[in-house]
Amino acid sequence: MHIKSMAEYAANGETPEVLFWVGCAGSFDQRAQKITKAFSQILDKVGVKFAILGKEEMCTGDPARRSGNEFLFQMMAYNNIQTMNAYGVKKIVTACPHCFNVLKNEYPALGGDYEVIHHTTFLQQLINDGRIRLKEGGEFKGKKITYHDSCYLGRGNNIYEAPREVLQALDVELVEMKRCRTNGLCCGAGGAQMFKEEEAGTTRINFERSAEAIETGANIIAANCPFCTTMLTDGVKNKEKEDSVAVLDIAEMVARSLA
Amino acid sequence: MHLVQQILFILCAGISVYFFSKKVGEIRRNIKLGKDEDLTDNSGARWKNMVLMALGQQKMFKKPIPAFLHLAVYAGFIIINAEILEIFLDGILGVHRLFAPALGSLYAYLIGFFEILAVLVLLACVVFLIRRNVLKVKRLNQSELEGWPRNDANLILVTEVVLMSLFLMMNTADQVLQARGVEHYTLTEPFWISSNFTGMFAGLSDGTLIAIERGGWWLHIIGVFLFLNYLPYSKHLHIVLAFPNAYYTRLQPQGEMANMKEIQNEVLYMMQPELAPPSDGSQPAQQRFGAKDVMDLSWKNLLDAYSCTECGRCTSACPANATGKKLSPRKIMMDTRDRLEEVGKNINANKTFVDDGKSLVHDYITVEELRACTTCQACVEACPVGIEPLSIINQLRRYLVMEESNSPQEWNLMFSNVENNMAPWKFSPDERDKWAEEMAAEA
Repeated sequence: MHIKSMAEYAANGETPEVLFWVGCAGSFDQRAQKITKAFSQILDKVGVKFAILGKEEMCTGDPARRSGNEFLFQMMAYNNIQTMNAYGVKKIVTACPHCFNVLKNEYPALGGDYEVIHHTTFLQQLINDGRIRLKEGGEFKGKKITYHDSCYLGRGNNIYEAPREVLQALDVELVEMKRCRTNGLCCGAGGAQMFKEEEAGTTRINFERSAEAIETGANIIAANCPFCTTMLTDGVKNKEKEDSVAVLDIAEMVARSLA
Repeated sequence: MHLVQQILFILCAGISVYFFSKKVGEIRRNIKLGKDEDLTDNSGARWKNMVLMALGQQKMFKKPIPAFLHLAVYAGFIIINAEILEIFLDGILGVHRLFAPALGSLYAYLIGFFEILAVLVLLACVVFLIRRNVLKVKRLNQSELEGWPRNDANLILVTEVVLMSLFLMMNTADQVLQARGVEHYTLTEPFWISSNFTGMFAGLSDGTLIAIERGGWWLHIIGVFLFLNYLPYSKHLHIVLAFPNAYYTRLQPQGEMANMKEIQNEVLYMMQPELAPPSDGSQPAQQRFGAKDVMDLSWKNLLDAYSCTECGRCTSACPANATGKKLSPRKIMMDTRDRLEEVGKNINANKTFVDDGKSLVHDYITVEELRACTTCQACVEACPVGIEPLSIINQLRRYLVMEESNSPQEWNLMFSNVENNMAPWKFSPDERDKWAEEMAAEA
């Protein structure tokens, strides 16, 4: 499968349906690469004409901005917006809620106006439109699954239902954690915490959240963010439950259930 | 005798309104020390927020038990205050139960309704006292509440219990006096609650009862005047400021962080020098990036600080606080208000702010607290009156990183990776699409 870049589309005088913004985690992190691949597979399978920026993509600047380094954020934003505007990008889909939030809410003020959509919403639309066809009785049918709301999809952008609807389409038995939706507990990675040690405390945030997820008795924790996926996987390992509880991105679950 | 009471009343009212207005003026001035921020857009959505959040207490109902108790106190406070109008006019005009003759039998219904509310307020406040001091609900007993904040909370609750008791006692004595046909006590129909207690006062002389009724009346109204003046010094100020605060609360998605136009332009002029405005030779005004002190924050952040009633819903939702970190969003708001009050006193004493060598960051809020925030917005979501602790945290963090170069080594590494490798980790930018090449190979 060949994934075309914006440059290749432009060279052929074509425009893709949507730009897949992969993000740094999706590009470099080994665990997140699997999510990127799963999502690309789905897009390819259902025939969505998509492109990536490839080597031209840069960090959105989210961790710089959230830690307080506005200069660096503005530099990154400037470069990314220049690149995307040059290609005439109209619509972006991304599998990272941090990229999603910055691209959707923070780039417009800087001259980057795009229709930005998170991959879980995109998947839900593809399922609703009948473009994604799922197996009858796929591997997740009837499985006990809990869903972790990421902060930047949930509270940050009020998207709670689309990911849940995708899970319902997979026929799973969705069990909610005590703290869910607007009350969802952070995985501990946001605000550039991913890139530093936590401050001294009684426990780690990801341990607290993973314990809550495990308590539901679910065998799968469904996530929508590469950082949450990493944090929750570590938390599950800490509880020595990695043999019975898997942390999966919703795109991975859909990819495994394609008809 | 009546004239003396009348004069005394007008004097008390005048003094209390004078001092209240003076303090309100100071708070207004303090809030205006903050930076400009235009929040006058989209008034429709803003009115809706005020009606739902402040008037309708929508977000309170995330925790139903305290929400119902609070609703009783809130409804009681607002509605019983209609009775204050009569008390106030009685006091000025030297009459008694001014509205009774005009309203006829409706008057007894109204007072009866007020009495029921008074009982509900009284009970709710007792439950609140129990929650704070006996059950020791966690969010009402955390370290930032030690000392004055805890006393403030208990004092308000006890005052409410006393005020409501005085109101009921006054009405009871009044009805015994009415029944005895004592001059000046307008005959009304029985009040629903207090009429049940008249037996308690039956054995007392007219004089004693008048003393109880008048004492109750005076203590009640003096209590109200004192409360009015206590309000601006207390967390209880939220009963007023919740309304403007809900009106001015953010309308953008919570995930969106405020843009820094000055830095956006600086980067733009660096990348495209031709766009920079021609220099007129003058040095640009010295600007501080981010916030070091309260004056660097926006006026809305400062209004937030005065609107906070220290309920701790933000802190109980904070993942950092839940896992034992020092960060508490409530403390961020309390510290901001405390520092702002200190700056205000400084201005009162010196006409203009004289540097006292202190600042909000470091002296009030530590770096360790700021570092622990995951920007998850749970605090913002939790606040029943639309306060944004995260906005203050973000601005203080910007100051630390951009003005003090104060960031952990890991963040410095991350910055340098983003700058040089276009990713927060040390990977070669050439490998950004390696996964795609792998996919091509796998196929």
